[in-house]
Amino acid sequence: MIHNIPYLAVVALVAIGFWAMIFRKNLIKVIIGIAIIESGVNFFLVALGYRSGAYAPIYTHAPSGQMVLPVPQALTLTSIVIGVAVLALMLSLAVQIYKKQGTLDTRKGVLKK
Amino acid sequence: MSEMSKIVRSISNLLLPFILIYGFYIILHGHLTPGGGFQGGAVVASGLVMVLVAYGSERFASWVKEKHLSVLESIGALGFISLAFLGLSTAFFYNFLAGKGGLFGDIPPEGSNPGALNTAGTLPLMNLAVGLKVIAGLASIVLVMGLASHYFKQGGENDT
Amino acid sequence: MSIDWLLIHSPALIIAIPLFAAFTMPLIKKLGNKTRNGVAFATVLLIEILVIMLAKDVFASGARSYVFGAEPGLTLPSGYIVPIRILFHVDGMSAFMAIISATIALVAVIYSLKFMEKETALDRYYLLLLLMMVGMFGMEFTADLFNMFVFLEVLSIASCGLVAYRIHLADAPEGALKFMVISSIGALMVLLATGFLYGQYDALNIAQLAKELQFNFIDKIALVLLLGAFAMKCGSFPMHQWVPDTYSVAPAPISILLVVSTQVSLYALFRVVFTLYGISSNVVVVGWYLIVLGLSTLFIGVTMAIPQKDIKRLISYLGVSQIGYMLIAVGVGFSLFANPVEFEIYGFRAIEGGIFQLINDSMYMGLLFLVSGALYYRIGTRNLDSMGGLARPMKVTSICFLIGSLAIAGIPPFNGFASKFMIYETVYRFNPIISIVAMLVSVLTLAAMFRAFSAAFMGPSLPEFKEVREVPKSMILGMVILASIVVFFGLFPSLIVDNLVEPAVRALISRPSYIISLLGG
Repeated sequence: MIHNIPYLAVVALVAIGFWAMIFRKNLIKVIIGIAIIESGVNFFLVALGYRSGAYAPIYTHAPSGQMVLPVPQALTLTSIVIGVAVLALMLSLAVQIYKKQGTLDTRKGVLKK
Repeated sequence: MSEMSKIVRSISNLLLPFILIYGFYIILHGHLTPGGGFQGGAVVASGLVMVLVAYGSERFASWVKEKHLSVLESIGALGFISLAFLGLSTAFFYNFLAGKGGLFGDIPPEGSNPGALNTAGTLPLMNLAVGLKVIAGLASIVLVMGLASHYFKQGGENDT
Repeated sequence: MSIDWLLIHSPALIIAIPLFAAFTMPLIKKLGNKTRNGVAFATVLLIEILVIMLAKDVFASGARSYVFGAEPGLTLPSGYIVPIRILFHVDGMSAFMAIISATIALVAVIYSLKFMEKETALDRYYLLLLLMMVGMFGMEFTADLFNMFVFLEVLSIASCGLVAYRIHLADAPEGALKFMVISSIGALMVLLATGFLYGQYDALNIAQLAKELQFNFIDKIALVLLLGAFAMKCGSFPMHQWVPDTYSVAPAPISILLVVSTQVSLYALFRVVFTLYGISSNVVVVGWYLIVLGLSTLFIGVTMAIPQKDIKRLISYLGVSQIGYMLIAVGVGFSLFANPVEFEIYGFRAIEGGIFQLINDSMYMGLLFLVSGALYYRIGTRNLDSMGGLARPMKVTSICFLIGSLAIAGIPPFNGFASKFMIYETVYRFNPIISIVAMLVSVLTLAAMFRAFSAAFMGPSLPEFKEVREVPKSMILGMVILASIVVFFGLFPSLIVDNLVEPAVRALISRPSYIISLLGG
């Protein structure tokens, strides 16, 4: 059971993120929901590579023994960089929407059916 | 964005050199210890953002212009792609400097060691190029958002 | 630098040259507008030539691999039995999609030379357009599941920046924000599925995963996530609402590139279904899922198109319904994998019809969007109620719109008829009801396009349009290129199907040859 706690935390983070994205009306809170989902997925990728009792995968002054998998760490790093770019883009668009419409309420939009 | 009090400004002046040195250390040792281009670039950019928040975005924009940051960003990206093109005689992204004995060309020692800086070929050069791009990119994002914040000061009603 | 060397390195050059040219844009903007336009046009022309050379070679002599960072042909390094580097694998289907992307990008740049002239900061526009090309070609050529996620995000972020380009209009940031939210949720679902598959099989390469896949419970979850994410990015039924909002606020040359990027997501869906999972999954269930998705998309798209007043929203809803045709045809073909006798009779032809519909759809949707852009350039509005009688001053534009409308409705001498007839005759043998619904949708499409054409071009000339003249020559050139492709594909369909579509479909459906040509070399 104790080895499954990281994966339960991933499920909780993704669920909270989806709830915030769907049920909140303020645009900034929707964007924060997307950021929380992203943190959950990154956490899942890092938790995949863990081996209990293993050392960090660096060769300077490394003791002998098993090492944690390094490939998911590279995948997570790329995903964090992409997440920064997406978040910066969405926040800049939120600033422009506020400038044009004067409100951050998602129920009042210019584009109708 | 208006500037903050005198205490905040002087402490940020004192801290800035340490943050810059720490960031460049992470960029340069990317092939030996955890870190590399993006991580070190983000640390340096956060140092610049600290100065922006302390001094106010208008004063910061008079020291650093957005179009110069755009040129630096393009130079970083072009450096990265050119280093990839230079190995094209064998393959794209081929590490043509590793093990040849010139710039960054030593062979890494076996086993556990204190880390040899002169190894790994094109990797430290690519780390520097990516670090420059990330510094310029993140600093210009926060600068532009800081300059746009005066819409919120007046309550948001603008007729431009 | 012989032709052979160029062909070996072309998968990397097709990605690298636009990437290099994109980042020179902020540096050369001091040299003037003509230099910047010239560099952009020269880059897309060079890429078009390279893609045609590569496609001819791949159709004639089989798939090619490219290894980044090692000697060519070394997909399995010595002593290893799994591929550990990032690989590009260009087979027939990838080359087919690359031809579509390169041609539409060339037409978009030719059209933008005059259309976007009045806007500012055009160096950023061409930078983002070249980055969109990099994202499209990367998704088409890659043989690695995580690499597909990275290029999918590059494509989404670059397109979002271009959709919001005309920031002085009130509705552009809103459409771009909706697009970015949907794209990032879809991409995160792809990343989660990649994590599941990596954790089970310790491999990210598509061929390596296809060799070892056992379709247990976690693989089924990964399949559901991947199908859902790529269906979300295509604009199929329950997630179709972002398509009209985004396509209508983007500038016209960007709308045609967005149509192609939707089709690249459809290509990624087919790659996952046919090559990654293939016969080891439950083919009847997945095939029927695609058919039901396609039917509902067809119907919802065309019924929401009919009452629209904005011409670009009308065309976007029709674009949503055209995706349904491809999903139906490929779904029918895939569910016949369980029944090889019937597959030989009509299943292969069904998939051929779906893939031929892909290239036809990009051509006539592109033509319709470029014409509505030409109308916006001269009149300044997209509302059909305030247009009228424009056939007299804008003759070439109205002929191109007529050709596009007849093609999208599936009327004989144009290319829509050729691919839709293949789909109708094969899907009818599978289940007649699907074919009848598709034909009904085609009739409703003709009704919607006829209404748009008569509202915009027919009728008496209105007094406020007295000074409207024909659009500039570079915009006419872009429209004429697409119109002539529409007419040519309609007059000689068997030429196109035998030379372009059949090698692509043969490469798509044969999973063992993909695995052997990548891992055996």
